Amino acid sequence: MCALCGVLLEEHWAEDGGRRGRVFRVQLANRVLGHFGLRLDDWGGRTYVLRDGKGRSVVVANLGALWLEAERLAGRPLDPLDPELVAFLAA
Amino acid sequence: MPPDGKLPVALVTGFLGSGKTTLIGGLLAHPDMGETAVIVNELGEIGIDHHLLRRVDERTVLLKSGCLCCTLRGDLADELRDLLGRRDRGEIPAFRRVVVETTGLADPAPVVYTLLAEPVVKHHYVLESVITTVDAQHGLVRDESLRQVAAADTLVVTKTDLAPGSGVTAQLARLNPAARVLEASFGAVVPRDVLAPPAHPREPSQGDDVPTHAHGDVGAVTVVLDEAVDWVVFGIWLTMLLQARGSEIYRVKGLLDVGAGGPVLLNGVQHVVHPPVHLDAWPDDDHRSRLVFIGEGLDREALTRSLAAFSTAAR
Repeated sequence: MCALCGVLLEEHWAEDGGRRGRVFRVQLANRVLGHFGLRLDDWGGRTYVLRDGKGRSVVVANLGALWLEAERLAGRPLDPLDPELVAFLAA
Repeated sequence: MPPDGKLPVALVTGFLGSGKTTLIGGLLAHPDMGETAVIVNELGEIGIDHHLLRRVDERTVLLKSGCLCCTLRGDLADELRDLLGRRDRGEIPAFRRVVVETTGLADPAPVVYTLLAEPVVKHHYVLESVITTVDAQHGLVRDESLRQVAAADTLVVTKTDLAPGSGVTAQLARLNPAARVLEASFGAVVPRDVLAPPAHPREPSQGDDVPTHAHGDVGAVTVVLDEAVDWVVFGIWLTMLLQARGSEIYRVKGLLDVGAGGPVLLNGVQHVVHPPVHLDAWPDDDHRSRLVFIGEGLDREALTRSLAAFSTAAR
């Protein structure tokens, strides 16, 4: 299992910040994911649901698992250093 | 012992013949070291290292076979749990610390992961420090050496008596600015110099971003940020970065200004990120975020631009 997924970790290192942090996290993740045609929704304050434009969806536990699944749904690597993404976010 | 009562674990790694066993022997012989249980791992059937460590034979747990990082990770967890059980049953004396010696070929990340993630182990133990030995004569000999050097909190250059002025010490300081670099011959070290993790990365200096040419494009870059970063933004950015480029990023360590009183101490080895520690105060007057990345083909400007773009998108 990839350590990044954090499935065995009780709490993923990047998942603190309470409810405000969670709402903000989903908003920002959607700014990024939107560039790749994906969307994230909070599911009961405990997990997330990631969807693509073809109606496919997958439940993800935390931010580590999110990017792994997002790569699978998008069918390509999601690189935060990609100049196109950087320009899209900075605009 | 740490305030939460967990037993500190020191991980000693380093290439074959780089002096791990000598270093551990030197540490154990020092009066400040206290009662220490040692877990060694070896390739092959003859426990040479085990015999070299016979002074602590009773508390040495010899892993049975294979490579610690891939196949014996479970065994490491088993041995750490077993040590607790044997101690509680009075079969072995109480110990204040555990030293784990990896094989020369081991990638330290899975060992770090075992200590951070295995439920029983992480409840009773805390990873105190990663120590990597490098032979001054031979330097960095293989790719495994680079990952071991990147993972280190303390780098110990050994056999300096055989190769004085070899330049290895300076090379290591460039390659891992997040680590303390010591020189030692014949395992002559003081435990507190080796075991206590350095407080924070050294100040970036001219030349830190220059990759070490002997190792292709592997090098360290230091990202310094003038403005505070939102922790949620940083979490999204770093998790995405490690998913995309985790195999190329050997280490990330630094202090992050998240707009609170003190910084957040961040420490990750490849994909494995320690639980971030919120510090009460900055260690010095420089309150800017400082993040050291060690890995392949790293571009400081690209990292800085990308994180800035994520911050902009969050506004």
